[in-house]
Amino acid sequence: MTTTAAAAVEQAHRREWAFVLAATVRLVRDFDLAEECVQDAYATALTTWASDGVPARPGAWLTTVARRRGLDLLRRDSTFRRALPQLVVDEPVADTAELALADLDDPAIPDDRLRLISTCCHPALAPQAQVALTLRLVCGVTTAEVARAFLVSESTMAARITRAKKKIAVAAIPYRVPSVRELPQRLDSICAVIHLLFTTGHTAPAGEVLVRADLVDRSLQLARMMHALVPGDPSVAGLLALILLTDARRAARVDDDGNLCTLEHQDRERWDRTAIAEGIALVKHALPHTDRYTLQAAIAAVHDEAPTWADTDWREIIGLYRLLLRESPSPVALLNHAIAVGLAGDPAQALALLDPLGAEPALATYGYLDAARAAFLAELGRTDEAIAAYESALLLTDNAVERAHLSGKLVALTS
Amino acid sequence: MSQYLVLIYGDEATYAAYSPAESDDMLAAHRTFQQIAGAANLGGQALQPTVTATTIRHDANGEVVITDGPFAEAKEALGGYYLLEAPDLDAAIAIAAQVPAPTGGVEVRPIQVFAQP
Repeated sequence: MTTTAAAAVEQAHRREWAFVLAATVRLVRDFDLAEECVQDAYATALTTWASDGVPARPGAWLTTVARRRGLDLLRRDSTFRRALPQLVVDEPVADTAELALADLDDPAIPDDRLRLISTCCHPALAPQAQVALTLRLVCGVTTAEVARAFLVSESTMAARITRAKKKIAVAAIPYRVPSVRELPQRLDSICAVIHLLFTTGHTAPAGEVLVRADLVDRSLQLARMMHALVPGDPSVAGLLALILLTDARRAARVDDDGNLCTLEHQDRERWDRTAIAEGIALVKHALPHTDRYTLQAAIAAVHDEAPTWADTDWREIIGLYRLLLRESPSPVALLNHAIAVGLAGDPAQALALLDPLGAEPALATYGYLDAARAAFLAELGRTDEAIAAYESALLLTDNAVERAHLSGKLVALTS
Repeated sequence: MSQYLVLIYGDEATYAAYSPAESDDMLAAHRTFQQIAGAANLGGQALQPTVTATTIRHDANGEVVITDGPFAEAKEALGGYYLLEAPDLDAAIAIAAQVPAPTGGVEVRPIQVFAQP
């Protein structure tokens, strides 16, 4: 009984945190107070659900409890209420408080989440703060976990989140859905945050496991939500497709012993065909638009559709990378294009493309450049140089699974 | 409503080299802005160039130390300001984005409101 309740609370935390917080912020207009009330509501749920059973609509239950708590606190301390930073100016608390409790089934609630995300991704906040706030407020990830994802100390991250919240309150960054004119600029930022969340989870920068499943799941959830909110936006559709098509290979990326499996050696039976089908349908729909997410999703789709590694359509993949380099050039896209050229059977050409990238500051701490050079050097029999390149790559990752993989390659070359 | 100070930064050398016609155009651009901003504009002024600035600090003993020049030397110097009133930062940005600042940009900073005694 207790375990059922705990599992239900955990599931509600994963699925409904953003809903509950967004609905509570709208009422109390203060992020810190709202967070406190939502945390209280989840804590109450743990005990109440264990004795009374799990409610039919856990999200609505939690929202009601969190908002009641918020109202109580506001009523108890009217001076505190007057001092509250005003996140919204168009609906005074006193007039709408009771009404607000009644609108839990309001279909406008998804807008609440969009408001929450838009506020976290406001261009007046530093990009790192945007991601940290989104993780903290929209995903309910603890400050300690956000700190770990960013490889900074918890106190540094706490200070960064506090500073961002303070700017929202003091500069009066509004809690609202952006206008149609602002939306494209804001959507870019929102997509970038979701994408960064995904890449951070897809291969964790540090730690014992390759994938931070919680971060990946949350990025997928956010991408789904954005796609539901703005179904016509091609870059949002492309981003959702990219996450689905890349994450579809999750189960095959490590073997039963926990060793890294590169795409070449993956058991394709383990790929998630449902996710692949959904991703491909989205890409097909989005593809006339050639934004960076859609093109990367299209590349992932070509890999996912190949029945075997040997059947990979490298010409198609190289063509898509060339398009990507034309539409939205980046050092990482240059690197991946060079790798595709090498895997298509031309390691010498790949090395010629990779060598100038050593001067890219953006790739200076990106171990995949050295790892790719090492693989092509080894293929060409330039063993000493390959060993040096693997050693450089090893210095640049703190992920245990990746380190073991690179060490294995190094041992194979030196013995 | 919140109040925001819009600080206008730019390259003084460029302004100093303006022809009379260019200076007139700049003034006209600001008049246009003031019309656009309307009641949201609570006031604003241009500053004399940074060579006329004097910086006052206190040393470790609390003595006043006076030096010639602006507080921070930079290529883009503070050249003027507007005081705006707006419902929120987005509204303030929408207005401040219209302030003419062809050789630099503007900084938008919320005004701190102290409680009445």
